[in-house]
Amino acid sequence: MSAILAVLQRDLMVVVRRKSEALTALFFFVIVSSLFPLGIGPEPGLLRKIAPGVLWVGALLATMLALQRMFAADHADGTLEQMAISPSPLVGLVIGKIAAHWLVSGLPLVLMAPVLGLQFDLDAGALGVLMLALLLGTPVLSLVGAIGAALTLGVRGGGVLLSLLVLPLFVPVLIFGAGAVESHIAGLGAGGHLSLLAALLALSVFFAPWAATAALRIALE
Amino acid sequence: MLSAHGLSCVRGERRLFAQLDLAVDAGQWLHVRGENGAGKTSLLRLLAGLAQAVEGEVRWCGRPIQSAESEYRRHFLFFGHQGAVKEDLSALENLRFAAAMDGAALPETQALAALYRVGLRGREDLPIRVLSAGQKRRVMLARLATRKARLWILDEPFTALDTKAVDLLATLITEHLAGGGMAVLTSHQTMPIAGGLVVQL
Repeated sequence: MSAILAVLQRDLMVVVRRKSEALTALFFFVIVSSLFPLGIGPEPGLLRKIAPGVLWVGALLATMLALQRMFAADHADGTLEQMAISPSPLVGLVIGKIAAHWLVSGLPLVLMAPVLGLQFDLDAGALGVLMLALLLGTPVLSLVGAIGAALTLGVRGGGVLLSLLVLPLFVPVLIFGAGAVESHIAGLGAGGHLSLLAALLALSVFFAPWAATAALRIALE
Repeated sequence: MLSAHGLSCVRGERRLFAQLDLAVDAGQWLHVRGENGAGKTSLLRLLAGLAQAVEGEVRWCGRPIQSAESEYRRHFLFFGHQGAVKEDLSALENLRFAAAMDGAALPETQALAALYRVGLRGREDLPIRVLSAGQKRRVMLARLATRKARLWILDEPFTALDTKAVDLLATLITEHLAGGGMAVLTSHQTMPIAGGLVVQL
């Protein structure tokens, strides 16, 4: 447990020293989702309709930006190798890294989403559902993304391959995440979609760290 | 303690070495020699359990290292070509995080004492990226001094070190051996440490 916290703390400290990396993803999210209202024009009905999808696609792509660097920097400076031969189990250290990735590139999106949602004329209830859906969904993106990042570690042109591997796996999160907001707006209640998102989260919390660890061991050999 | 039996290593289509046997016991050190590309680093990675041998096995206290992985990992320290430090963190932070990630908290006073000993006094709070290559390697020396490991596996440990640091590392290794430790090193230089078994690849 202390090893998990140590990795988490170390990764967060590296991000604090090099702020640009963390801010890139957030600004990307802000700009992409602000371009839609500007491009489509001020028609509240249409904006409300596209809001869930646009915000979720924006969040998904913003998460992808930092995904490739999740293990690549550690691989390059040799600290990943040290983690692999550390007396602490590697899976714990991987959990720490995934948590750090979510805190840096997932949580800011959750906090920023309601502000961006205002541009799409979403009411307070819909904004709440959007935040909740993102809160459940973005950790899944980090967890599943970690498997892709580990699999493409050290591969030349790994960025494109990573997108091809991971984006299809993000589809269920996108469907249920955007669906939650849509059904709330339609007055059907978001409970079902949110439950499914929570189920996806539970599933990936259990399996993704192990899969990512196995992939890392292969990449290091 | 550490022994290898009938190790073979294949990289791509090339067989680097085959049927290699070696053994290191408490207080002994092993010098792995060979030309560039002879498989020195590959051998060290096999010993560290970072790679799997095509044939043969590595044993720690008579047991294959794969069967007692977490036990074995507590007892050895491996340093490769890369510094294994975070460029944006200071030497002190690197040292303490590395220890914490191994599950053994390192008090600040001990970490500072180790950094002073390797000649980084006054530079312990600077980010690693502003240090020179040699100073970066000295952080590794501090880690050798603070981590309690019985077996040191060091790949080219003398690279980029000045004469003073070479002497310091030699002293560290000699002390380590005198305390019943073991070391496996690769190096092209003649080693400033007495004794030593040689493996020629």
